[in-house]
Amino acid sequence: MALDKSINVLIVDDYRTMLRIIRNLLKQLEFDNVDEATDGQEALSKLRAGNFGLVISDWNMAPMTGLDLLKEVRADQRLRNLPFIMITAESKTENVIAAKAAGVSNYIVKPFNAETLREKIEKVLVHA
Amino acid sequence: MPDGGIAPEDDRIEAVVRQILVSMTGDLTAKEAVLLAELTALGRTVARVKSEIAALQVDDITGSHIPSATDELDAIVENTAKATNEILDACELLEQLQGSLPAEPAQRMQDAVTRIYEACSFQDITGQRISKVVGALKAIEARVDAVTGAANGRVAAAQASAPAPAVGPALTQGQALANGPQLPGAGVSQEEIDRLLASFD
Repeated sequence: MALDKSINVLIVDDYRTMLRIIRNLLKQLEFDNVDEATDGQEALSKLRAGNFGLVISDWNMAPMTGLDLLKEVRADQRLRNLPFIMITAESKTENVIAAKAAGVSNYIVKPFNAETLREKIEKVLVHA
Repeated sequence: MPDGGIAPEDDRIEAVVRQILVSMTGDLTAKEAVLLAELTALGRTVARVKSEIAALQVDDITGSHIPSATDELDAIVENTAKATNEILDACELLEQLQGSLPAEPAQRMQDAVTRIYEACSFQDITGQRISKVVGALKAIEARVDAVTGAANGRVAAAQASAPAPAVGPALTQGQALANGPQLPGAGVSQEEIDRLLASFD
């Protein structure tokens, strides 16, 4: 099944360098419609105002973390089924379990490689 | 208690020793004599430790060393971010040139650029680790200040003048679980995460 790479993707990270790296990796994967946010609150505003097909979010951000953003997304009637991938340095089992309980679609631990990113995106979009 | 007021925390031992000594009247038993000797020694030790702590040049630590160390760490984050962005500038230029190359070398160039992007994500991990170190330094600074303040008898005054700790909103689950990068072996790998997630399906 071919992936729709024309979807709008929102990447969320408080490190602008990381946003730039993920954006460039997505471009290599032919996802050209990419928007950015630097914390959960800004991301939530953009998600509610726009039409996104995928969120790729860091965890450790202020004031709203990626986990809190995920919970807001899953509590929102319009956004609740939006594919949501967490990319984070948080690598404790308790973090993964909390993210899964909150409804994360997939979880990538930093540092990651492009192949892992491609694999997880394909997996969540195919099952979306 | 001295002066009939509330004694600072570190003066309580001395006050207790003094009260016990005053309460001892009449002939001392052998046990009481031993206790008296131990209490006297304890009082001297407390006084010596207090004067030693008070004599430490701790103002250098809180006023100079720790702020300087945190500034240096901030500069590391800033410089690595700048260097990483320059590397990314060069990578983006290479990707623009890719279209002018034959397919095989173009693919090899893209593979190389991808590896550079992957490697550049070190800056994020480094930044988060340094933030944890800065947090630890600030905690040490606060503890050193508290210990030396106590040794200088500034505790009561500090407690009287210090504003009550701000009671902020409770941490969200996301904030409470945000620990940053783990040391090798302390966190789970991508493969373990994949297995864990699959176990929920």
